[in-house]
Amino acid sequence: MIWSAVLLTAAGCFGFKAAGWAVPSTVLDRPALRKAATLLPAALLAALVITQVFAHGRSLTLDARVVSLAVGALCLWRRLPFLVVVLAAAAAAAAVRAL
Amino acid sequence: MRRSLSLGVAVGLYGASFGAAAVVAGFSVVQACAVSLLVFTGASQFALVSVLGAGGSVAAGVASAVLLGGRNGLYAVILKERIPVRGWRRAVAAQITIDESTAIATTSPPAWTHVGFWWTGLTVYVVWNLSTLVGAASASAVDPAAVGLDGAVGAAFLGLLWPRLREAWPVALGGAVLALVAVPLTPPGIPVLVAGLAVLPALVRR
Repeated sequence: MIWSAVLLTAAGCFGFKAAGWAVPSTVLDRPALRKAATLLPAALLAALVITQVFAHGRSLTLDARVVSLAVGALCLWRRLPFLVVVLAAAAAAAAVRAL
Repeated sequence: MRRSLSLGVAVGLYGASFGAAAVVAGFSVVQACAVSLLVFTGASQFALVSVLGAGGSVAAGVASAVLLGGRNGLYAVILKERIPVRGWRRAVAAQITIDESTAIATTSPPAWTHVGFWWTGLTVYVVWNLSTLVGAASASAVDPAAVGLDGAVGAAFLGLLWPRLREAWPVALGGAVLALVAVPLTPPGIPVLVAGLAVLPALVRR
């Protein structure tokens, strides 16, 4: 199951990259396409933050992951590097669980 | 070239967190490495392992990841104007068309666009794959929940979203609200796709 997901994702992602190199550059004249490609990641990433932090199967829960997110947000606001953000967030959840 | 190399270090740390996240989601070390080698676009890779790790279907995981990868197609259209590539090299150029290589190429002086794109893309490719291996191998040696890796993945998504918030915060907010509403109503993975609808108001408005 994981392998088929990996191969399909690889094909789809490469398909977009290769299509961009193949199509005429006049597609850039369509503002809707340009907007969709730049805005869609924001919507999907915001949703991934929500599902990764608050979802447990089909229910919404509050647990140590929320503390991770708060610590991560604080680090990002302080303009700390990506690794510091991720490590601090991991340490926060680990600390809450160890209490 | 110096900018490409310093970027490589940052990417290494990001790649290691992907490797760890994939193992947490139930991928083997080999599967985690295959994702980085074949998919090679960070946000999509994280999305795939996050959706499958939460019990989402293959279709939901693949759809989220591929939709996130759509922006690379836009990058390619912008790059082909500045970097002429023919034949088999075009397939290589396509695979290394990602956020980092596009950012360096489009912000370099015109004479360096070419060098910036290839150096950054290839450096990131090598570093990303090596660091995925290191991250995946280390994560399989520990208990992911005890070291807080699940919380770290949420923060990683926020880190990817952060630079987009200045321009796209209304869409991000809409996506977050749609996902919150959809979690109790739909199977895992679907809320992420539902959130994609948040772009529609911006597309309709002129």
